Amino acid sequence: MAAAETLAARIERGDRTALARLISWAENADPRFAAELAALWPKVGRAWRIGVTGPPGAGKSTLVNELARVERTHERTVGICAVDPSSPFTGGALLGDRIRMDDRTLDPGVYIRSMASRGSHGGLARAAASACDVLDAFGFGTILLETVGVGQAEYDVLDAADTVVVVLCPGAGDGIQAMKAGLLEVADVLVVNKSDLPGAERLMNDLTDAASGLGAARTKKRVEQVRHSVSEQLAERLWGPEGLRGRVESELARGVSPHAIAAALLEEITHGLTRPAEVRG
Amino acid sequence: MTLRKIRVLVGKPGLDGHDRGAKTVASALRDYGMEVIYTGLHQTPEAIAEIAAQEDVDVVGLSILSGAHMALFPRVRAELVKRGMGHVLLTGGGIIPQDDMQALESGGYAKLFGPGTPTEAIAKWIQGEMEKRWKAEGAQS
Repeated sequence: MAAAETLAARIERGDRTALARLISWAENADPRFAAELAALWPKVGRAWRIGVTGPPGAGKSTLVNELARVERTHERTVGICAVDPSSPFTGGALLGDRIRMDDRTLDPGVYIRSMASRGSHGGLARAAASACDVLDAFGFGTILLETVGVGQAEYDVLDAADTVVVVLCPGAGDGIQAMKAGLLEVADVLVVNKSDLPGAERLMNDLTDAASGLGAARTKKRVEQVRHSVSEQLAERLWGPEGLRGRVESELARGVSPHAIAAALLEEITHGLTRPAEVRG
Repeated sequence: MTLRKIRVLVGKPGLDGHDRGAKTVASALRDYGMEVIYTGLHQTPEAIAEIAAQEDVDVVGLSILSGAHMALFPRVRAELVKRGMGHVLLTGGGIIPQDDMQALESGGYAKLFGPGTPTEAIAKWIQGEMEKRWKAEGAQS
């Protein structure tokens, strides 16, 4: 066998087995994952990430399947990451979301990955966001991220997705439920599914009342999200394998003070920001 | 690699419409701490292999009650190999005559399980096989 090609290199030429393996590395907290993602990082950020959340049985998987179908009619490729719960007792899981997505299995423009929550309590798995990064780098135009069935207060999806869809169905409480803080607030889109059931109209009205006036808080949160994401990733990228560590070490060795090095670096980085930005496709 | 979990695909290839057994085994493996993906009924060998590849599973278990096992096992394996998934532990069970079972096992397919097998025996066997494989992988790298 030839010298092993990196997973990142294989992903760049569209190897789906490598894609699947790298997501496993993310799930397993494999120490090799970080370097692979760093190599793919320039390709991350082009996909639109749609999170789909809601209570168990609301129809999340079915909706994801339909969204994927519609995206395909627009000739966009779709990466799907669907999270189901792990047992708190055995750590085992039965991952059944893709049964609802059966008709997408052999579509070469769709990739579906089932993921167990593995002890995370925010509705996603710890590795879900990394999996989305990998799908993004692979080149999928749309990423659909389905949470476990949630209750009132699992909203990790807000940080992981660009657009959050909350799927509800009638019969789960009165207008006060709709006014409570939490899940409903994170929604960009509220879906009343199973709308042929009694109570659908009532639920629509309750949600319409409750959803008015949530905009300002959401925008603030989104700005904060961008800020957080930039600072985290900036540090990650600067200090990555081919990053600044070596340069800083050698300057320290020459006796330059840490403050002076930091000031010079900040100057360089912010200067870089004022250059005409490379527009992404 | 402390977080690594055994990922198993339980597949129902072909026209056979009975999946009580497949679901029982899937639940038992879940209770044994594995992550189990169930394909649902009426899958083609191609679809099963494609799902195995997308999910990067360690094990594929086929449940076949239709009598088509001598045709389906080789076809699933061929489709797995085509996708670079030849390393997967391919096993299964169902209504498979003893002779056929032996023929498949000696043909290089993993152990097969017939009716009446305690689910724990299946789980323990898979666990044991995977521990051997992971140990060998560890020794390589």
